[in-house]
Amino acid sequence: MLHIVNKSPSERATLASCLAHVRPGHSVLLIEDAVYAATKGHAAAAKVEAALATAKVYVLMPDLEARARAGAVIDGVVPVDYRGFVDLVTQNPRVQSWL
Amino acid sequence: MEETGTVKKFLFVNRKAPYGSVYALEGLEVVLISAAFDQDVSLAFIDDGVYQLAKGQNPKAIETKNFSPTYRALEGYDIEKLYVERESLQARGLGEEDLLVDVQVLGAAEMAALMDEMDVMISF
Repeated sequence: MLHIVNKSPSERATLASCLAHVRPGHSVLLIEDAVYAATKGHAAAAKVEAALATAKVYVLMPDLEARARAGAVIDGVVPVDYRGFVDLVTQNPRVQSWL
Repeated sequence: MEETGTVKKFLFVNRKAPYGSVYALEGLEVVLISAAFDQDVSLAFIDDGVYQLAKGQNPKAIETKNFSPTYRALEGYDIEKLYVERESLQARGLGEEDLLVDVQVLGAAEMAALMDEMDVMISF
């Protein structure tokens, strides 16, 4: 299962809700304002790091670059481009968007 | 008849990250409009709003206009009072050196005192 989160962890509880429902082997893709959660020093980074123990976490690079945070990705989170986004959608039989 | 031209203290409170929604850009447009009315304008950046001032924004790949250089141009419109909340920077792993324009960093209590001095507050 691929989980997609697009809202800032400071604005909405969607990241926390998503991570509470991620099961081992699942993938999480952070896009748009959710990319901030995958940056060093962010208050939400610990939650993402904890998720890395059992799940894969990806972050969309174009959204990080737009926000000037491409250089701050936390270790273990895998950066992907739009092609990688499409690959994740095709590789996972199910996709859940946490709106 | 000559206009008396009352000057009020305006504070634009920016709490949203850029690009994910239209608030940051719209707020900036209103700030620029306000400059035409010779008012006493200040800008506050708190919560995700501090990301609006992050240095090195490049939204080319998301095909969006980079409006961040406009914050540096505000000085030319006599808008020079930019306040950023320290707690908001810290919660996001950011420091003053990560910002693209000179600002005054205030603690939340100082920010609250600043808000209390204002005549009008407009939130984005």
